[in-house]
Amino acid sequence: MLELQNINKYYNQGTVNEMCLFQNFHLTIKDQQFVSVVGSNGSGKTSLLNIICGSIPLDSGSILVGGADITNMPEFKRQRRIGRVYQNPAMGTCPNMTILENMALADTKGKPFNLLPGTNKQRISYYKEQLRFLGLGLEDKLHVKVGVLSGGQRQAMALLMSTMTPIEFLILDEHTAALDPKTAENIMELTDRIVKEKHLTTIMVTHNLRYAVEYGNRLLMMHQGNAIIDTEGDEKSSMDVEHILEKFNEISIECGN
Amino acid sequence: MSIILGVLEEGLVYAIMALGVYITYKILDFPDLSVDGTFPLGGAITVTLILAGMNPAATLFIAFAVGALAGCITGFIHVKLKVRDLLSGIIVMTALYSVNLRIAGKSNVPFFNNDSIFENSFMNRLLPGKLADISVVIILAVIVVIVKILLDQYLKTRSGYLLRAVGDNETLVTSLAKDKGMVKIIGLAIANGLAALAGSVYCQQKGFFEISMGTGTIVIGLANVIIGTKLFKRFGFVKSTTAVIIGSIIYKACVSFAIYLGMEASDLKLITSVLFLAILVISNGREKKVKQHA
Repeated sequence: MLELQNINKYYNQGTVNEMCLFQNFHLTIKDQQFVSVVGSNGSGKTSLLNIICGSIPLDSGSILVGGADITNMPEFKRQRRIGRVYQNPAMGTCPNMTILENMALADTKGKPFNLLPGTNKQRISYYKEQLRFLGLGLEDKLHVKVGVLSGGQRQAMALLMSTMTPIEFLILDEHTAALDPKTAENIMELTDRIVKEKHLTTIMVTHNLRYAVEYGNRLLMMHQGNAIIDTEGDEKSSMDVEHILEKFNEISIECGN
Repeated sequence: MSIILGVLEEGLVYAIMALGVYITYKILDFPDLSVDGTFPLGGAITVTLILAGMNPAATLFIAFAVGALAGCITGFIHVKLKVRDLLSGIIVMTALYSVNLRIAGKSNVPFFNNDSIFENSFMNRLLPGKLADISVVIILAVIVVIVKILLDQYLKTRSGYLLRAVGDNETLVTSLAKDKGMVKIIGLAIANGLAALAGSVYCQQKGFFEISMGTGTIVIGLANVIIGTKLFKRFGFVKSTTAVIIGSIIYKACVSFAIYLGMEASDLKLITSVLFLAILVISNGREKKVKQHA
């Protein structure tokens, strides 16, 4: 279980541009929940992910995982239990290393990075099998540098790499936004398959309302640092895109844009 | 013949240092100026230890270790104290000037009469007569090849993979639950260790330590790396480390050629810089052309 308690986050504190993003924000995410998060730009979606991952500091509040306080744990240590896929496909892979080397890197997560061979030859068939699962033919290009792959191929690899070792949380930061509709659809299906197979607790930020409705078992709509819609289970299943869009328009009118 | 030997000798000495600069500049993408201080640091350590009676070969390892420590300090200043990469290097480089003087005692220390890795009874027996002329080149080549193989092997380990990853995509290193700062410090340690090792070899070959021997080391190192990697970019089968070594020899040949054409030896640093500039401009121009054709 992931708990955010009394989260306060200000930007540009002490200047005329001071902006309060989160004020006494609470959120509890149960194990194996798949949460879709939608909301307009600047509503705090990505900040929420960054706070969970430790990429940005908190002003006050605490973050608990399974009851243990991780508020002061540095970002890289938290990543041990977290897999994260970014909007930019380039963020999840090393462009100047080959597909095989990237897979081997991801496979070493959680183990010591010592003087053992970087690529364990006995694992190659496993990597091939995992890549075949993507259905992109990457298993036959093991010695190709990742930099020459397309955005969709890289994002598929990033997803695979971030979930290769045992993790508890999968953080998806608009991970289909930079892809064409067809590729986005494939990545989304792949995501769902991996989440179900590995029983991951997932938080997915998206601008695609249809994905938010179709996938996952809980839906949050963020607005000015608050969750103005929070539904799960049957209530969420009965939601449709029109309903969410309506709510979206409502808050946009309030803001005057 | 003696000119060719001279080119090979100096080219190979600087190749050791250039392999270090390859790590910082090409792999880590970190413009590390501290090599200007760690190269003479290796020399200062070496003369002091040899004059104290230590085995010349053992000084190589100690020079590497002390250089690596200096690299750690650059890394610490950059990573933990959050000083910009360029400035961290300048701070360490400047500080090392005084440190080197302290270690060596004065700005010029000759030790022609002591044993070195090139001049000792064992080597004289191993490479007698005619071979003695090229013995320096042979010994240097052996050292360079060993360093190259060790570096190649290291880059294939898990730790080596992480080093390559941090220059390629820092975010991924964090995603792998590793502290990217520590990885950078390790990279800087190896690079400056190699620079100090080169300085140690340089002094043993020349038979003296000179405080200004480090001036412009980074320019030579960068020139070697850029010539090597640009020249062999098209040949996938040539390893980057091999390319850097060949680049070092080519660069030294260019400098020697300029002196041969009538420049004074005192113009050396000027030639070094102008040639480096020429290499940068030429390689930029080539890239643009390729892009226009694409």
